[in-house]
Amino acid sequence: MSEHDHDHHHDHDHSELSETQLRVRALETVLTKKGYVDPAALDEIVEAYETRIGPRNGAAVVAKAWCDPAFKRALLADASKAVATLGHVSRVGDHLVAVENTPKMHNMVVCTLCSCYPWEMLGLPPTWYKSAPYRSRAVKDPRGVLEDFGLSLAKDTKIRVWDSTAETRFIVLPMRPSGTENWSQERLAELVTRDSMIGTGLPRQPGAAI
Amino acid sequence: MDGIHDMGGMDGFGKVEPEPNEPPFHEPWEGRVMALERAMGYAGAWHIDHSRFARERLPPQVYLTSSYYQRWALAMETNVVERGLATAEELKSGRALAPGKTLPRKFTPALVRERLTRGSYFRQQQAPPRFEVGDRVHTRNIHPTTHTRLPRYARGKFGIVELCHGCHMFPDAVAINRGDDPQWLYTVVFEGRELWGPDADPTLKVSIDAFEPYLEPA
Repeated sequence: MSEHDHDHHHDHDHSELSETQLRVRALETVLTKKGYVDPAALDEIVEAYETRIGPRNGAAVVAKAWCDPAFKRALLADASKAVATLGHVSRVGDHLVAVENTPKMHNMVVCTLCSCYPWEMLGLPPTWYKSAPYRSRAVKDPRGVLEDFGLSLAKDTKIRVWDSTAETRFIVLPMRPSGTENWSQERLAELVTRDSMIGTGLPRQPGAAI
Repeated sequence: MDGIHDMGGMDGFGKVEPEPNEPPFHEPWEGRVMALERAMGYAGAWHIDHSRFARERLPPQVYLTSSYYQRWALAMETNVVERGLATAEELKSGRALAPGKTLPRKFTPALVRERLTRGSYFRQQQAPPRFEVGDRVHTRNIHPTTHTRLPRYARGKFGIVELCHGCHMFPDAVAINRGDDPQWLYTVVFEGRELWGPDADPTLKVSIDAFEPYLEPA
């Protein structure tokens, strides 16, 4: 049976379904019958986040910033505007801010109150980003959090944590790995991990297994 | 509200545990919940701040023992019932017993590709900004029992205005149906020691995005 076969789901053996599955089905069925939502549109939304909207969008932006100093300046000045000039990346909305990592400054993004995250750039947030351990500790003990990710910063590197408490969204511009001087933008984008754009990781090093 | 959702600075939750190659959804129902939330938001059934406030109002023991999308589903049920879009009985039975209300819009498959971008939260300014970049400010010590985006750890603290983001709709008002009430929005940065005391990491700075009513001159 298809997940969206609403007219017939009462024939299904409910014993196989969890209480949560049943509640969500009931919710979708009622909101559909009331005329508020179209299940085919829900399918499209799910598909978009499973296939099109993910960290590759952000990686393309980072790689371009590594290659194009004028774009990098524009990105750091007004990320929404700069990203909007790139046709191949999804539209990003009005409130994106890009922050740059340097040898002296490491940036990290969190939402302590809920789960605010730059969806258009990075897709849906991973579970750990939405979890109590990350939300509670990122603003107080970011070095400890980074150690959970296997990342140890130099003692004199300053740490800046951006708590996304409004509708502004933050993306970290990580440092370009050395040894990539003549790399194409496309090849560089392969080095840009999701976590490096949240600030809980670094880009892959050239030659590292993907 | 001083709820369990306001987790910044709490101890005892343990290590962060990243999941390698995590899929967007672990179960199909999670995708349905996310899509329902997007579609109801697009339809104008409620605003994102109503969703957040409904999740914050879950009893702490429910909040902590529910998964992320379970919280979304529970909060959606709350908003559906509170806003008269369906009854609790209908949600329980999975059957619509009466026709729906008229909502402003409806998300169609064709629109999804065009309109998955977030809306703009900019609003027309009502007054000149009270603060400039570089100003020293003090966050108010407020404890509203309703929705606010000023986290507990950043109340009653001194910080510096670093960015001004223009006028945005004000979540504290929106969540309790008091309209957009546009307010200036600033990034305010604090020293780690201002937030966490003398033992804090001396290399740490933390910023929040603070609406003007959260701030006073210092």
